[in-house]
Amino acid sequence: MPVDVTLPTQRTANQPGPLLAFWHSFRENRGAVIGLTVVSAVILIAIFASVLAPYDPLDQFRDFTRLPPIWSEGGNWNYPLGTDPLGRDMLSRLMYGSRISLFIGLSVMVVSMITGVVLGLAASWFGGIIDVIILRIMDLIMSIPSLVLAILIVAIIGPNLTNTIVAVTIVYLPRYVRLMRASALSELSKDYVTAAKVSGVGPLRLMFVTVLPNCLPPLIVQAALGVSDAILEAAGLGFLGLGAQPPAPEWGAMLADARDLITSHPWVMALPGIAILITVLAINLMGDGLRDALDPRLKRS
Amino acid sequence: MFRFLLRRLALTVPTFLALMFVTFMMIRLVPGDPIEVRRGERGISPERLAELRHEMGLDQPVWKQFLDYVWGLLHGDFGVSIITKNPILHEFFHLFPATVELSVCALLFATLVGIPAGVIAASRRGGLYDQTLMGIALTGYSMPIFWWGLILILIMSNTLGLTPVSGRVDLVKYYYPQVTGLMLIDSLISGQKGAFLDALRHLILPTIVLGTVPLAIIARMTRSSMLEVLEEDYVRTARAKGLPPYRVIGIHALRNALIPVVTVIGLSVGSLLAGAVLTETIFSWPGVGKWLIESIGRRDYPALQGGIMLISSFVIVVNLIVDLTYGLINPRIRHAR
Repeated sequence: MPVDVTLPTQRTANQPGPLLAFWHSFRENRGAVIGLTVVSAVILIAIFASVLAPYDPLDQFRDFTRLPPIWSEGGNWNYPLGTDPLGRDMLSRLMYGSRISLFIGLSVMVVSMITGVVLGLAASWFGGIIDVIILRIMDLIMSIPSLVLAILIVAIIGPNLTNTIVAVTIVYLPRYVRLMRASALSELSKDYVTAAKVSGVGPLRLMFVTVLPNCLPPLIVQAALGVSDAILEAAGLGFLGLGAQPPAPEWGAMLADARDLITSHPWVMALPGIAILITVLAINLMGDGLRDALDPRLKRS
Repeated sequence: MFRFLLRRLALTVPTFLALMFVTFMMIRLVPGDPIEVRRGERGISPERLAELRHEMGLDQPVWKQFLDYVWGLLHGDFGVSIITKNPILHEFFHLFPATVELSVCALLFATLVGIPAGVIAASRRGGLYDQTLMGIALTGYSMPIFWWGLILILIMSNTLGLTPVSGRVDLVKYYYPQVTGLMLIDSLISGQKGAFLDALRHLILPTIVLGTVPLAIIARMTRSSMLEVLEEDYVRTARAKGLPPYRVIGIHALRNALIPVVTVIGLSVGSLLAGAVLTETIFSWPGVGKWLIESIGRRDYPALQGGIMLISSFVIVVNLIVDLTYGLINPRIRHAR
């Protein structure tokens, strides 16, 4: 057996691993733990929506339209959160809606982070004209107000779920590119990079294996907050009728549908908004905790 | 300073060019030929089609069309709305004051509430005030503002009857000429009794809704910036020489803590206009945001193109001014890089 001589992995019993240290630091933040719990619950609901939801989100029970939730008069235990004007069960729709929102949030985060990392690394590594071009394009994207840019993109490629993801991804791309470029630039000037270069490490390995892991903490924080922003943005597009199209149980679109019922059946309008608020708030709480735990420079509070 | 100004100006030129290119391409990429949109349901003879193409310059090579577009923009020609046949520049500036009035009020509200909230939270760090205020701030930051607006309408207008549901002015009771386009000022100029209060009442809910997210950002930013400054030596010195806490916090610390906050406020114009799109839609506020959304519904692509061009140019110019002012008061910025 060859002896493992890589020093950083050798630890004494008192030194916790990086993951454990992170968890200890994260656990201290009560809000972050609450956020994590709620986010986990929403994720579980989204995954098991077909098991948990009492009905299909599109099933119309025409005999039970506009039922109020159980806590108000006339509520029916068969439909705990009431029904909408078409007799669709609100609870089932909200549960299936979490799938759409989380799917949008996560796909936007993954795609924009991967693209952002590649572009940011390219800009910092090549410098010169490539750096300038990438930065100018990001400046352009940022000069158009986020929702207006999303509207522009959706107007060109048409409103549906996939195009919402494309639009919101483009809107949030500059954050990742700029963050990645800035931290890669500061890492590239450090001694360990020079050492790696001297020992003959190729550029691809240098960027993705040597430099990238050291830039990860701020990226992870940005990614967590990016998920919640993407969910809000997509819900806004849905509300304007430019996102997922009815009858899909998308929270923003459900809200827009219920606008006219604001006085007569306020719960149909209120519930999807509460779902959005709880999800986004929980992710942001978690993101704040992540930031405090991962980024010691920002850990002041 | 002059070199800094030149460099910053030079940086915006490519951005503007790219913006022109993107909006130019947009009208080419949307489904539906502009001629087909115009001719409507009825058929059209091939001669008339060619004539129309020539009129609109669509028979020219694309680069020529782009140059014509840029030339037009530079001369203030942003195209003509398909629906109303009015010049887009005219339509835009007819509606823009409403958006400006709403945005300025929202920003004022956010600043006047957000900075004190952040200062209180920082000076009571970890305490009940701090936790409550920051909890509210994070909720505000996570708020889907279209839902928030509807809930406020439900409570304030429909249930309590305190504020009007939509619009800028009660047209049944008041009519006054638009002088500045800002209702708060126009209503005062008109001298009609109650007109100013009416305009103010219409503004309250939209201002709160549009101001919520910036308020949360400003409060959080002020708090973290204050916490940083409160650890500085000169704050300790000020405390040590026996200055009362309100002077230490309110003057010594706050002045320096506000620098990053002011930058955030200045650079929030873009997100404010994005929020205005939703706010105006909810409250039927006749501004450019609502107009933009309606243009999509009407497939009025020239209006969409011109509107996006104008809004983005506005954001670029405001950000440029913020940058330049910042460079003016902070020499470290101008000499960086």
